[in-house]
Amino acid sequence: MLTKRIIPCLDIKDGRTVKGINFENIRDAGDPVELGALYASQGADELVFLDITATNEKRKTLSALVNKIAHHINIPFTVGGGISSIEDVYTLLQNGADKISVNTSAFKNPSLIEALAKEFGSQCIVLAIDTKKEVDNNWYVYLNGGKIKTETLCTDWAKQGVDLGAGEILLTSMNNDGTKEGFALDITAALSTSLPVPVIASGGAGSIQHFEEVFLTAKADAALAASIFHFKEIEIPELKRNLQKKGISMRF
Amino acid sequence: MELVIIQYNAGNIQSVLYALERIGVTALVTYDPEKISSADKVIFPGVGEASSAMRYLKERSLDKLIVSLQQPVLGICLGMQLMCSYSEENDTDCLGIFSERVKQFVNRTSTGDILKVPQIGWNQINETKTELFANIPSNSYCYFVHGYYAAKGVDTIATANYGIEYSAALHKNNFYGTQFHPEKSALTGEKILSNFLSL
Repeated sequence: MLTKRIIPCLDIKDGRTVKGINFENIRDAGDPVELGALYASQGADELVFLDITATNEKRKTLSALVNKIAHHINIPFTVGGGISSIEDVYTLLQNGADKISVNTSAFKNPSLIEALAKEFGSQCIVLAIDTKKEVDNNWYVYLNGGKIKTETLCTDWAKQGVDLGAGEILLTSMNNDGTKEGFALDITAALSTSLPVPVIASGGAGSIQHFEEVFLTAKADAALAASIFHFKEIEIPELKRNLQKKGISMRF
Repeated sequence: MELVIIQYNAGNIQSVLYALERIGVTALVTYDPEKISSADKVIFPGVGEASSAMRYLKERSLDKLIVSLQQPVLGICLGMQLMCSYSEENDTDCLGIFSERVKQFVNRTSTGDILKVPQIGWNQINETKTELFANIPSNSYCYFVHGYYAAKGVDTIATANYGIEYSAALHKNNFYGTQFHPEKSALTGEKILSNFLSL
């Protein structure tokens, strides 16, 4: 049986793992290669590395770091941040990335998703969406690391992205990110029960129960978290054991 | 031992190379027919699309070369699918080493539930046979990423279940193939790669 996935996320800035609250107030959380290898040995199912400064500072994701990560970990990993062309993706895959995620660049140029899926296959194209619930109770797409609001609904963009060839959706709720009050169950459920591709829920993990809810109630295929792992508030083996007890299929 | 990874236009070669490095083996990545033919072991990796990969192989006569190899050959993911007889992915005739056919997962199970396609993640391998799976317990988890699958058939040496029971691995004579990615399947995958190198 296909298991649900637990995915630690490492936000990278200047080669270090960092973590902020609601996309702000960034603090240092360690060496990404060491952390990645530790999580892999503890039973993480995948890793995500996001170069969070890439889009704003128009930098390219650090291929050298990706290469180092690829040498040291034996589970799949996704790399994102500032990817805007076939050449960018080719370089990252050449350096050992298994999948890449696109966000702002894909929104501004949706044909990028189509081109990447055609060139590399949908299975390695993850569409990352930062979304925020506004006072009108609708979830809108945000760009540039959550700094720019659009008028597009999250559900519409996700569907369009999948139609264009995205193989997975990485959904981050800005309302929940960094709060440790739980995942955004409504928008996660809306996507994971309507889209034909896996949905990775992100933002808000603070307890084992939050993971249980996002898998059982919101039907997420995978759950991503950062600070609770970085600061050892929840250890992956304990998390997976507890979820397995609740009837959620886990890999050991 | 000379280990060669066939270089072509279908991804994940680096991942395989690095996984081999982690178990202490260096491999040569090449499309040179002589070097491929003379290697002790050959790995035929692949992530991508079947028809463009087959076209690429044919343009370089690698299709005939692969079929003629006598040493142990391991196809991975798309590599394994290309070693089958036919793929539904853009109606592609493949190398025909394995008699199984490659089909597309349908988005619904027989009971009507939505099935996410591609299958992405860790799934169990069962009914394992041959030395490729020596000391790998049945029900071990491996990492799969695929929208197409090889049907179960006479060459099946491991199965997995995703809406349907299908071939997780195939074997015929000196040819082996895994649908999952041993290079990304943590310690289980490293053991399977080591087993292949010990054949």
